[in-house]
Amino acid sequence: MMRLAVKMLMGDRLKYLGLLLGTAFAAMMIAQQGSIFAGLSAQTGTFIREIGDVDLWVMDPQVRFSEDAIALPETAAQRIRGVEGVEWAAPLYKGFLRCQLPDGTRTSLILVGLDDSTLVGGPTVMTNGTLLDLRRDPGILIDERDTNSKLALKHAGNRPIQVGDRLSIHDNDAQIVGTYRGSPSFFWDPVVYTTYSRALRFAPKDRNLMSFVLVKCKSPADIPAVKHRIESSTPYIARTGPEFEAVTREYILKSTGILINFGLAVGLGFIIGLIVTGQTFFNFTLDNLRYFAALKAMGVSAATLVRMVLVQVLSVTWIGFGLGMGVAALMGIYITRTDLAFLMRWEVVAFTGIAMLVVGVTAALVSLTKVLRLEPGIVFKG
Amino acid sequence: MTRSAADVTRGRPVAVRCRSVTKTYGSGQSAVRALRGIDIDVHTGELLMLVGPSGCGKTTLISVIAGVLDRDGGECTVLGEDFNKMRSDAKTAFRGRNVGFVFQAFNLIPTLTIAENVSVPLLINGHKRNAAVEQAKSMLSQVGLGTRVNDYPNRLSGGQQQRVAIARALVHKPKLLVCDEPTSALDHVTGQKVMELLRDVASSNDLSLVVVTHDQRIFEFADRIAEMDDGHIEQISGGLGHKVAEHPSESALT
Repeated sequence: MMRLAVKMLMGDRLKYLGLLLGTAFAAMMIAQQGSIFAGLSAQTGTFIREIGDVDLWVMDPQVRFSEDAIALPETAAQRIRGVEGVEWAAPLYKGFLRCQLPDGTRTSLILVGLDDSTLVGGPTVMTNGTLLDLRRDPGILIDERDTNSKLALKHAGNRPIQVGDRLSIHDNDAQIVGTYRGSPSFFWDPVVYTTYSRALRFAPKDRNLMSFVLVKCKSPADIPAVKHRIESSTPYIARTGPEFEAVTREYILKSTGILINFGLAVGLGFIIGLIVTGQTFFNFTLDNLRYFAALKAMGVSAATLVRMVLVQVLSVTWIGFGLGMGVAALMGIYITRTDLAFLMRWEVVAFTGIAMLVVGVTAALVSLTKVLRLEPGIVFKG
Repeated sequence: MTRSAADVTRGRPVAVRCRSVTKTYGSGQSAVRALRGIDIDVHTGELLMLVGPSGCGKTTLISVIAGVLDRDGGECTVLGEDFNKMRSDAKTAFRGRNVGFVFQAFNLIPTLTIAENVSVPLLINGHKRNAAVEQAKSMLSQVGLGTRVNDYPNRLSGGQQQRVAIARALVHKPKLLVCDEPTSALDHVTGQKVMELLRDVASSNDLSLVVVTHDQRIFEFADRIAEMDDGHIEQISGGLGHKVAEHPSESALT
């Protein structure tokens, strides 16, 4: 009977197509918006992840997210080095600075100053030059993705900026000595690396300029203990990379409203799917009511009718889900070639699947209210 | 030569037995008494026609006999079972095993082939799909549609569709066949052929047939004709229009 139930539905081509399109659109919308949200959410932690092999980030207790550096005194790194269990502690500068490109184009950038001696926290994948080139004064490294976009010379025919070009960072001369391959970030400004001492030279003068202290523990097992010692013996707090990422993500999601925006988009997809699927399937049920009544009269049990309706709606929902996910994945393949965020995590797939299941079951329930209340006697009423 | 109703049914076991059956739709001032004490028997191998004006209770009576509508009062047993004493699922299963239906509007599912349509009662009774379809094809051959088994209903004429409906009603070998206006959508010649088919099936399978109809042209196929009006059976006559009694006596009932 279940096979016939599916054939009953698929034979009504127009409604079947409508159901497929409705469910596929809903699945695509939920998966695509969910994946963009997941991508953006992941991108909020790009800077923290790219700093790499660091056990703890030490910062002012009032720091709310990775771009919200509250300067520490220059003695902070020294104090941290004195904490038991710390293998090394390196200062890190991070700040938004104005800059002027060789063609006169003005823009802003995120300047990251690495510990002069160790260059710890520097980019891991260099595409032109090496990290050690930073030792050449006044060297900076830029992201190769920015050379023909964010840092392109717009007043010089959009010529890509290149190694050897000089630019002015907060009225200080800087020269590009290499390029690295970075990952897209939630924050739009290009990220430029230099040494810590040079960053202090470029940055506006202030009493304190150290943004974070990066800490490596002697043993990974010591991390909780070292974290506790730092927090109890200094006025700072220490966060592991994942902790810092989570705090940053939470702050950005709450303060920017993107959670609400994407939630609305996903909700819209869900509601459209629910309305289109529910309405179309209900119409299908109404059109077939006399056949359901005939089946009931001929001896099809209520349980079998429930199964038939569920199989009908869930089969089309399942296929629509597959189509929608396929379209979303194709869009994702295109999007991931750009700087736009897209991350189709398994949670997104699972959430979309559950949402479509809810759509299908709801549509089935609406139709079942008609089918189950059906009196088989209506088959004799013409 | 004419036959009395008693002649027609003599010696045949009773398949359906109704006594003082009542049915009322609605309540209070809007109540409609559709059946006002029906007494009738249907015998094995008999073709009984229910005739009468619209609204006289024919459809209600056939619905009660087929077990798709509960009566309010009286007694009614079908193949020895009382539907009102059965649970809903047992009643549904009983219908699936023992009752065949031929509807006025055919009610063939348009998106299934006619073989698939005919296989439905077998699937309901738990047959495997392939075996059910093969049996359905064989049944379709018996009604003269063996070459059309993979066609969809909308490719067939009205008469052919009704033959498919009859094949569907018979494929699981029911003991009672209820037909609602089986010829109303058909022209005279096709209607005659459909009735011949039903007549043959009833007599060769010891099947009890109850046919609701307005179509006087098919009265000749009835073993007995029960004329209804206003929820009563006014008279029961033998086939070929023989009048038995103005008010049915016990002998006329049987």
